Amino acid sequence: MPAAQANLDPSRSFQGLILALQEFWAGQGCVILQPYDMEVGAGTFHPATTLRALGPKPWNAAYVQPSRRPKDGRYGENPNRLQHYYQFQVILKPSPPDLQQLYLDSLKVIGISSDLHDIRFVEDDWESPTLGAWGLGWECWCDGMEVSQFTYFQQVAGVECAPVAGELTYGLERLAMYVQGVDRVYDLNFNGLDGDRKVTYGDVFLQAEREYSKHNFEVADTGMLFEQFKMAEQACKKYLNAGYNAERTRHGMALPAYDQCIKASHVFNLLDARGVISVTERQSYILRVRELAKACGEAWLMTEAGGA
Amino acid sequence: MPDLLLELFSEEIPARMQARAADDLKKMVTDRLVAAGLVYEGAKAFATPRRLALTVQGIPARQPDLKEERKGPKVGAPEQAIAGFMKAAGLTSIDQAKVQADKKGDFYVAITERKGRDATDVIAEMIPEIVRTFPWPKQMRWGADSARPGALTWVRPLHSIIATFGPETEEPAVLAFEIGGIKAGNETRGHRFMAPGSFKVRRFDDYVAALEKARVVLDPARRMDIIRTDARNLAFAQGHELVEDEGLTAEVAGLVEWPVPLMGSFDKDFLAIPGEVIRSTIRANQKCFVLRDPSSSRLVNKFILVSNIEASDGGKAIVAGNERVIRARLSDAKFFYETDLKKKLEDRLPKFESIVFHEKLGTQAERIARIVSLAGQLAPVVGADAAKAERAARLCKADLLTEVVGEFPELQGLMGRYYAQAQNEDEAVAHAIEDHYRPKGPEDLVPADPVSIAVALADKIDTLVGFWSIDEKPTGSKDPYALRRAALGVIRIVIDNQLRLPLRRLLWRHFGAVARDEALASAFAALHPIHDDIANISATDIELAMKLEVLVSAKERSIASPKLIEAHSFVTPTRDLIAFFADRLKVQLREQGARHDLVDAVFALQGQDDLLMVVRRVEALGQFLETDDGKNLLAGVKRASNILRIEEKKDGRSYAGAVDASLLKDAEEKALASAVATAKRETATAVGKEDFAAAMRALAKLRPTVDAFFDKVTVNADDKAVRANRLTLLNEIREATRAVADFSRIEG
Repeated sequence: MPAAQANLDPSRSFQGLILALQEFWAGQGCVILQPYDMEVGAGTFHPATTLRALGPKPWNAAYVQPSRRPKDGRYGENPNRLQHYYQFQVILKPSPPDLQQLYLDSLKVIGISSDLHDIRFVEDDWESPTLGAWGLGWECWCDGMEVSQFTYFQQVAGVECAPVAGELTYGLERLAMYVQGVDRVYDLNFNGLDGDRKVTYGDVFLQAEREYSKHNFEVADTGMLFEQFKMAEQACKKYLNAGYNAERTRHGMALPAYDQCIKASHVFNLLDARGVISVTERQSYILRVRELAKACGEAWLMTEAGGA
Repeated sequence: MPDLLLELFSEEIPARMQARAADDLKKMVTDRLVAAGLVYEGAKAFATPRRLALTVQGIPARQPDLKEERKGPKVGAPEQAIAGFMKAAGLTSIDQAKVQADKKGDFYVAITERKGRDATDVIAEMIPEIVRTFPWPKQMRWGADSARPGALTWVRPLHSIIATFGPETEEPAVLAFEIGGIKAGNETRGHRFMAPGSFKVRRFDDYVAALEKARVVLDPARRMDIIRTDARNLAFAQGHELVEDEGLTAEVAGLVEWPVPLMGSFDKDFLAIPGEVIRSTIRANQKCFVLRDPSSSRLVNKFILVSNIEASDGGKAIVAGNERVIRARLSDAKFFYETDLKKKLEDRLPKFESIVFHEKLGTQAERIARIVSLAGQLAPVVGADAAKAERAARLCKADLLTEVVGEFPELQGLMGRYYAQAQNEDEAVAHAIEDHYRPKGPEDLVPADPVSIAVALADKIDTLVGFWSIDEKPTGSKDPYALRRAALGVIRIVIDNQLRLPLRRLLWRHFGAVARDEALASAFAALHPIHDDIANISATDIELAMKLEVLVSAKERSIASPKLIEAHSFVTPTRDLIAFFADRLKVQLREQGARHDLVDAVFALQGQDDLLMVVRRVEALGQFLETDDGKNLLAGVKRASNILRIEEKKDGRSYAGAVDASLLKDAEEKALASAVATAKRETATAVGKEDFAAAMRALAKLRPTVDAFFDKVTVNADDKAVRANRLTLLNEIREATRAVADFSRIEG
């Protein structure tokens, strides 16, 4: 390993922090993946987590996932709320016995030492109604700030996890703000350089936050989105049907079908942000996405990677 | 005698589950010890974020030997019977049985002795079963093992178990058992960060000491003490005072093994936010304590956090980190508060038109309109200004749509008051907005200002009538809409403020108001004058219903639709809801020490719907029955009732009616007849004046004549007419007492 360049020090560079985490988890034998090329609400939606958490085969992966939460947009005016942000996601199946220690070690490499900082595991049971998933674990606190989510998956896509996978989700912007000592996310130093060569998080994302906030809350074409939801739902079902062999014992289309499930979920989030879904309808949309997720999970178990 | 030490070491146990888990562990182990014949001397259980621990002292080293006797067949019984007995008792020859004699003859007895087992074996069998069946509210699987069916589950991954057993004088034994691949041993670990290494322990005493050395305070009560004491001292040293918070102290004690309170501060500007908002922000999100100035009781710009480590820099980084988070949280809160202040409460109301309160009960706007109308009706009854009551009712829910209440629902009402004051509402209106939720629990204050009373009653009555009208009543332990609390709230408001509030008419009308059918509502409105007549008759429910039907058919049928008949159907839910109030009042009075039979005796009277009067009657009755006159009269009335019951059953008729003076023969019955007539008159007058003590005194005068009557007069006279007249006289005694209570419901 070459000596770390000063501009990649995690305490002064956002990308340095990402690289340090990748390097740490690569060292633990994880495959380092790239973000999934679709809009998702959280790193969990990446098939490398949702689908790979199912079935008996071991799986260790880590990746950054841009996450879109249309409703959380604040037109770039809130110091720490974003409609697009990065999660660093680690999934280890089966969950290793020293997972908590590994997590603490990973904090150390980004400059958070447990001699100096008060790190706490505070109860937080995780549930994703759209994914039909739940797990037990904690939110991890550093000096009173939630910096990660730590979950032992018990069920995903309505299927019991056997074996259980451990999932770590780092809120990268928050962690970076903490280690850089910055109060406004847009002030984060992205590339770790100074003077003219410094690029901030705001340089990269502020305009996008403004534009997408307007899009999400005011302009997104709801007629089109309602149509897209239906289309994605139908396509998902169609691909699921087409993927089964004659005996319905094997499946060969779980991944394309799941893409449509992700699509439906994101379209729903946009519709929700536009405020065109009533409280009662909301529940039924969530249920419809969950049905898709469950069917995809079932199909996945009949694929090779799903252990069939 | 030997002691048991047990420790279950795991990843972080949720704070809210720890105390219960320690209790469960103790109970499960000690119950099983006792069931196994191992009677122990004492036991104590503890919990930290990472461990459950149990010490049981003075357990016998062995189970006692058990001798069992089994009675068998008679000597000389058929062979089959003897063979069956031998098999059941485990005998190889009938000679092994003893022969005993009873009055039916000789029979066999098998005596089997079961040797007691070593406690170590018994306990080693017991613990795995306890761990596998432990009642965590939620549990999980983990690791490679989780793929196997029947894999171990625990609240979070379980890492190690200590189980040692032995007397104080010897090296204790490690119990031999294994659960889910974890072998019981005598090693544990200290504090996650300050003493992560493992170490061996022997028994409870050195275990606690070793943990302490390894920066773990085992006893949660001690951790709470440390937090309280250190936090108070930190506050005191700066001239401040800790805002005590036992719930938070317990929660924080469940988040740390080594509590280190530290003080931080925030910008003084934030003190412009109401103190409750600051406290909720700091408490809910950060689990930190707030401080106040002891002289003014106002919050100061300081807080206390409880760290889990003694940091190498003395806690500077930790304090700085917490200060940053709290600054961000308070900025949000300040922003919310200031945003809220920009919009008047009434300007928020239109939004309620699109918010459903309950699918079958319409929108929040409709509910608010009902509360407004009800508060207006109640205002004159409770001595409030109707305009103010209606204003407060109109605004009382508006804060639900504010940012601060969205963030901290527990501040509902309070924020409404602040915002009302900020827009210069009348003080009574502002306070009614806050107080209309009260009393929120048995410890909470009851509203006392008339405007608050009107709105608080209206809110609760609308809730009760609403859910009653759609048949969503509490059942068993299920009461999702907190209807019991609402009814008790009404009762406490009425009693504490000495309010006269006959419920029947009020509730009946409100059932009409919640009926969401417009045709029904207008038909119902047309009925109001009629109903006013009925209410004045103070009729029973059945009479009321009949009367209504007559009136509807006679006067109103021409204008009436079937809806009018439907309006009449509110009689049943009204009666039902009054019975619910009666039940809650009974519970309440019982809790205050009133005899439940007296409460029953008063409610057995027809038409009791005035809670305050019921309570007064019960009080007067209780005092009366403490006196000799009361006790004796009760005995006399009971005797009269018993005779009547028997004779009325025998004769198949009732003896209600007037006594025929011409048939009165004996002096004692003449005296009684005249005394009963006087008592009836006097009690009626006293009850009319609501002077129940005087009513009791009037009844007390009956006692000597009743006693004399039973002494001297034979009720079952040969002359049938005389007998009937005497039975009628007995009935009159009963009737006289019914002015205050149904004496037959009173015990003793």
